[in-house]
Amino acid sequence: MRHIISLLMENEAGALSRVAGLFSARGYNIESLTVAPTEDASLSRMTIVTSGSDAVIEQITKQLNKLIDVVSVMDLSEGEHIERELMLVKVRAEGDARDEVKRLTDIFRGRILDVSEHTYTIELTGSCVKLDSFIDAIGRELILETVRTGASGIGRGNRILSL
Amino acid sequence: MEMTGAEITIRCLQEEGVEYLFGYPGGAVLHIYDALFQQNKVKHVLVRHEQAAVHAADGYARSSDKVGVALVTSGPGLTNAVTGIATAYLDSIPMVVISGQVPTFAIGEDAFQEVDAVGITRPCVKHNFLVKDVKDIASTIKKAFYLAKSGRPGPVLVDIPKDVSAHRTEFVYPASVNIRSYHPQGRGDSNQIRHAAQLLLEAKRPMVYAGGGVVLSDSSAELTDLVRLLGFPCTNTLMGLGSYPANDKQYVGMLGMHGTYEANMAMQHCDVLVAIGARFDDRVIGNVEHFAQVLRKIIHIDIDPSSIAKRVKVDVPIVGDLKLVLGELLDVLRSSRQKPAATDMAAWWTQIDEWRVTGGGMRYKNSSEIIKPQFVIETLHKLTGGDAFVTSDVGQHQMWAAQYYKFNHPRRWINSGGLGTMGFGLPAAMGVQLKHPGETVACVTGEGSIQMNIQELSTCKQYHLPIKVLSLNNGYLGMVRQWQEFFHGNRFSESYMDALPDFVKVAEAYGHIGLRIDKPSDVEPAMKEAFSRKNDLVFMDFRTDPTENVFPMVPGGKGLSEVVLSEDL
Repeated sequence: MRHIISLLMENEAGALSRVAGLFSARGYNIESLTVAPTEDASLSRMTIVTSGSDAVIEQITKQLNKLIDVVSVMDLSEGEHIERELMLVKVRAEGDARDEVKRLTDIFRGRILDVSEHTYTIELTGSCVKLDSFIDAIGRELILETVRTGASGIGRGNRILSL
Repeated sequence: MEMTGAEITIRCLQEEGVEYLFGYPGGAVLHIYDALFQQNKVKHVLVRHEQAAVHAADGYARSSDKVGVALVTSGPGLTNAVTGIATAYLDSIPMVVISGQVPTFAIGEDAFQEVDAVGITRPCVKHNFLVKDVKDIASTIKKAFYLAKSGRPGPVLVDIPKDVSAHRTEFVYPASVNIRSYHPQGRGDSNQIRHAAQLLLEAKRPMVYAGGGVVLSDSSAELTDLVRLLGFPCTNTLMGLGSYPANDKQYVGMLGMHGTYEANMAMQHCDVLVAIGARFDDRVIGNVEHFAQVLRKIIHIDIDPSSIAKRVKVDVPIVGDLKLVLGELLDVLRSSRQKPAATDMAAWWTQIDEWRVTGGGMRYKNSSEIIKPQFVIETLHKLTGGDAFVTSDVGQHQMWAAQYYKFNHPRRWINSGGLGTMGFGLPAAMGVQLKHPGETVACVTGEGSIQMNIQELSTCKQYHLPIKVLSLNNGYLGMVRQWQEFFHGNRFSESYMDALPDFVKVAEAYGHIGLRIDKPSDVEPAMKEAFSRKNDLVFMDFRTDPTENVFPMVPGGKGLSEVVLSEDL
């Protein structure tokens, strides 16, 4: 099953490789991993999308907690949460497709950031599923380039990951 | 007062009460060696290979309750140390390794003797640090010792670039450490402890399974009290030997791949199992699915949450310092009016005694013609009264030492259990002997393992370490040969060690005494002579039966009750 694990860690050289190394050393899946400093410059927030049985996810959480640089860990999928991913996609936009792509972008609440004679570059934000649907709707034959950030997540309401 | 980074490094070791520093000099640590030269509190032990420095620090730590400390140079110094670090990591040994690094301005330029030390060691340390500013040396070393010793212990590496060790700053050693992301658990959850107590009191076929965690947390007394209070059977893992006295009637021997029949059968058939500082690893419970076929309640007590429910499902997990958890569990049990049901316990012990008969204990067919390796260990046990420090290398001799030397005290059995590092025994014995001068330290090894760090005979000479080396020389990489015999159709691929040296001459060349023993009747006299030489290292080259195998054996991938007892059965 797919899980979104959020964690706070010391914003120090090597902290990212400790997490990445843990996943590869123990054979855990990483679907995506995003990381950036938080409002507290000493901390980085990481979101990892992974998958595995309950037992594997329990081990992942425990092993992450065991890393000295990791301050706190939360499995967002255990409760109400919000998930967002940003995608930039460059599509061939010629002839009839030019209007069709524009229309689909509007339907998915995306924005066209750059226009050239033959292409559109579109920005789209949403859950990973929504971004997948957009790619399917446009059609892979029109897509020239895709850049995805990987999911970021945050708990709803009072679910707060802090020190 | 302003000091150099190197002086600060050595001052920190003094502050931590470090007696011995095991190391080997080189370019990147020249400043640190210079600082070391100008003081006399920390004694340096010059090994002949960095792997041995780390194993010696490891042996020192395992045989005491102190942190082992090693110092190596950058590049090859560090890579040579990695096997030692991984050995300590797998067995959770508290250790601080200080490595030199190329100057900060050269890092990343493929400088001479540069490797990414923190990168290479990351998967086999509890934590590691690259110190980029001389102002951070003292606080980093303070943290390193704290991390190494607290919680689940482990090795910590501190990598110090050469320029950092030359820079100057004010020395202040922090009085305390606070790492906001690190809070090892102390006491266990009281509700869970009460729950565990209730399960234990209601058990019909209970079993206590205690591992290396008991040794590391110095909880042998608590474990022994618990087992005796309840009247339960107790088994030890390879790492836990000595945590419960082997001469006690409630002890059922070591369990696992080469454990006793009764220990393995009791593990498989118990209804309540309490695992204490043990981790259900593959050499202990064999096939996980087979183990899980029998329904039993499992109580698992460990300092590391990630050890719990890693390989088996656990009913009552208790995370905490074993000493505190066992203490509280004992209090709960002592204040309870309930006792384990006498009839159930009697029936269970009857069953265990039957298994003891079926298993026949640790047994082998002795010979008057050829030396049986088990006989050597039995003789060692007899002559040392079970009171020696015994280090071992890895292979058949390790298993025979574990099976036939009955350890009644913790921290006497020093072996590489997790990583299984050949070459561990002799350097580990150096650390043990330095920590315990005047005590008998025996290194049980084989002609394969000893050659992986035989150069340390030179270190032993330099520091007058009167270690007794017992090499069970069967001319084969015995455990490899055994598996090839059982599972690879007797095709002894590369397991025969041709062109062995004359070990007596090797020992003599290093300035020690060498004895070659070919006949069973010479085993005891030779050992007596060796042990009478209190100030000498004696290398005993026992020519043992090359066809002897280690039994009982639970073949890899099999269940605990699928044990092969001996070749005759």
